[in-house]
Amino acid sequence: MLRYALKRLLSLLLSLAVASLVIFFVIEVAPGDPASFMLGINAQPETVAALRSELGLDVAKWQRYLDWTGGMLTGDFGTSYTYRTPVAEMIRDRLWVSLPLALYALTLSTAIAFPAGIYAASRRGKPGDIAVMGATQIGVAVPNFWFAMMLVLIFAVNLRWFSAGGFAGWDTGVWTGIRSLTLPAISLALPQAAILARVMRSSLLDILGEDFMRTARAKGLSRRQALWRHGMRNALIPVLTIIGLQFSFLLAGSIIIEQVFYLPGLGRLVFQSISSRDLIVVESVVMLLVFSVILVNFLVDLAYALVDPRLRART
Amino acid sequence: MSLLTISDLSLSIHKIRILSDVSLTVEPGEIVAVTGESGSGKSMTALAVMQLLPDRARTTGSIRLNRTELTALPEPNLCAIRGSDIGMVFQEPMTALNPVKTIGDQVIETILVHKAMPPAEARARARDVLDRVGLPADRFPLSRYPHELSGGQRQRVVIAMAIALRPKLLIADEPTTALDVTTQAQILDLLKGLVADYGMGLLMITHDLAVVAEMADRIVVMRNGVVVETGQTRSLLTHMQHPYTRMLFEASGHRVKLPPAPEPQALLQVRNVSRDYRLPRTRLLADPGRFRALDDVSFTLNRGERLGLVGESGCGKSTLTRAILGLDPVQEGQILLDETPVFSGHRANSAVRRKMQVVFQDPFGSFNPRHRVERLITEPFFLLQSPPTGAERQAAIAESLVAVGLKPEDGGKYIHEFSGGQRQRIAIARALIIRPELIVFDEAVSALDVSVRAQILDLLADLCVAYNLSYLFISHDLSVVRTVTDRVLVMKSGRIVEQGDTETVFTAPRHPYTQSLIAAAPRLPDLESLKRSPHHA
Repeated sequence: MLRYALKRLLSLLLSLAVASLVIFFVIEVAPGDPASFMLGINAQPETVAALRSELGLDVAKWQRYLDWTGGMLTGDFGTSYTYRTPVAEMIRDRLWVSLPLALYALTLSTAIAFPAGIYAASRRGKPGDIAVMGATQIGVAVPNFWFAMMLVLIFAVNLRWFSAGGFAGWDTGVWTGIRSLTLPAISLALPQAAILARVMRSSLLDILGEDFMRTARAKGLSRRQALWRHGMRNALIPVLTIIGLQFSFLLAGSIIIEQVFYLPGLGRLVFQSISSRDLIVVESVVMLLVFSVILVNFLVDLAYALVDPRLRART
Repeated sequence: MSLLTISDLSLSIHKIRILSDVSLTVEPGEIVAVTGESGSGKSMTALAVMQLLPDRARTTGSIRLNRTELTALPEPNLCAIRGSDIGMVFQEPMTALNPVKTIGDQVIETILVHKAMPPAEARARARDVLDRVGLPADRFPLSRYPHELSGGQRQRVVIAMAIALRPKLLIADEPTTALDVTTQAQILDLLKGLVADYGMGLLMITHDLAVVAEMADRIVVMRNGVVVETGQTRSLLTHMQHPYTRMLFEASGHRVKLPPAPEPQALLQVRNVSRDYRLPRTRLLADPGRFRALDDVSFTLNRGERLGLVGESGCGKSTLTRAILGLDPVQEGQILLDETPVFSGHRANSAVRRKMQVVFQDPFGSFNPRHRVERLITEPFFLLQSPPTGAERQAAIAESLVAVGLKPEDGGKYIHEFSGGQRQRIAIARALIIRPELIVFDEAVSALDVSVRAQILDLLADLCVAYNLSYLFISHDLSVVRTVTDRVLVMKSGRIVEQGDTETVFTAPRHPYTQSLIAAAPRLPDLESLKRSPHHA
């Protein structure tokens, strides 16, 4: 088990190194010079050159790559070209919105999907199954910003239970923070829950057809006991994969929802930095997202090994 | 009052009749074997006793365990009986255990789910039972996982789970069909011993008449959901009443007559062939281990000769087949067909490949379901430089279909319109169509029912006369190899341990492994001698 974990960790570090190279050089070759962008089209060439050297854009690319990655390792993400503030601080502020939002949405999605998937699987082909599957079909098909607008109309505009957007920060109290993230989290969670419920259902149905489920019944377990004691752990393996993918998506992919609810999240930060050629912010945020994806995959790999003894043995 | 009494049991699924008026009994300490070909309803009968039928099954009639009517019992009461009064062992030991739970937990669960004793005692009982089924504590602690065990060992765990609470009735559905002969013999011994020790009744479902004749006190023969004949083993074997029973026994011991083999003239030469597989690295950067699947294998197959290859699973039969067909390179040695290597450089030599064809085991998986039969059987034409076209092609299709006992019109049909036996005929037609010099039969009759198997063996014998076939017949079934080959190779752990004239090897095996293999294989009793000595039990 320890060796397995170490191997996964090594693969994590390698992936990070490769990802940082790719991110840096892809963004560097993208057209548009930050210095001339910041100073506008009428700027004097000397001013641009001065700004370039101030921003550290005039040294060799390799040198800048090493500075960038070395800085990240010590927590120094550099200074934003546009705002002239440390990137680390900007990201930290935004993470305080995006990370709770992603976790909130993931919790909701799992809380909806597990019961729905299990219910549908246990009533295969019956009206309950058909109803759940129909609902998930809609959930997959309808984009999340539509849910967002409907939720705003119902709960913010008409019922006035929640505010329609904005985020006051955690200083005003945890409860206020959670309240302002609730509607965005629900709209993010619904499509994810629909996907997850379908995976849960089909995974369980596969397991229900396995020989060892029949063996369990032959031992005298009831259907329910067989499902919980023998089915669930085996069925979780594919579900874990999807949960891992969804977390990464929720962390980065909520740009539209952040726009709808006017939340100062990571998605908006990336969007704004790309528009203003604030390359160093883009690089750092993308790197952070890559890191989170790889980290989540690492955790999912470890979870696999906990669930499945065959994986522990193979290494 | 019998232990198990099934009377007039009928069962249908979606209005299709699966069982009709099945009646049988099992006494305590008695082994009753239910036998028949696929579709006879023998497994459904077993599942009906467990009341673990598919949701849509509708039954009439009665199944009584002692005085309890099982068909009328509500589900919670049935759960209390399953595993406690009736235990069940299944066919596929590789998948019958939950892969994510230890064997100890799975045996203990049988005990705990019935609240038969407190957990500590249940643990001790599980240990005892595993010891009893031949899994001693030092090598098989309770903390083992199923994937660490072989098929035979897993079947022992399944048996331990089934007998942990000393059920009155044990049901075994094809318990040894997926196992090698030597393992099969051990598991059958174990089951017999358990019946004798615990006085259990054993209802055993099996298609293998040799196993039936060796194990059962009483035999129930089924066909298409109907019991056609039942009786004490000995009297049923000596006075078979029903023509179907007689046909089954005849087909099981079916022998064919091959034409004499011509003068030896080498066709396939396998010279000192070794094949290694790389094992996964145990440590990063460590040298990966190697598994030697073939170890210095040498033999010659002569033109017009029928050569058999026997051995248990994992002995290297499939690796050898792949190497001969040029599907895999070998690390050492040479394989020559007609003095030309089958593998030249890094790819198979297509000039040699077109002289060989293969027939596989699975008549259901080895055809593309979206192609018509004529396209399926002409696939080997792709190997030819100038394949026949037009009328010539149609003639070739018709000829090979007729040769295997089908009609030329069958070429226009799809594969799903044919039965398993007919599909295997089509596979043979596909192999014959380019008149190969060598055909490899890889477990080609192993998946077939005995009556169909007998017909395919007859077909092979006829084709040997008509086409002067040379073939390599690979099988784990010794009785089949004995009748369709002239010479036989016995393989163990990648080596050929014995080779020689088939009859000589079978009657006077020299290598201890061959001896144990032949001793372990269940044999059909000699019916004539049974009749002559009526008092010998």
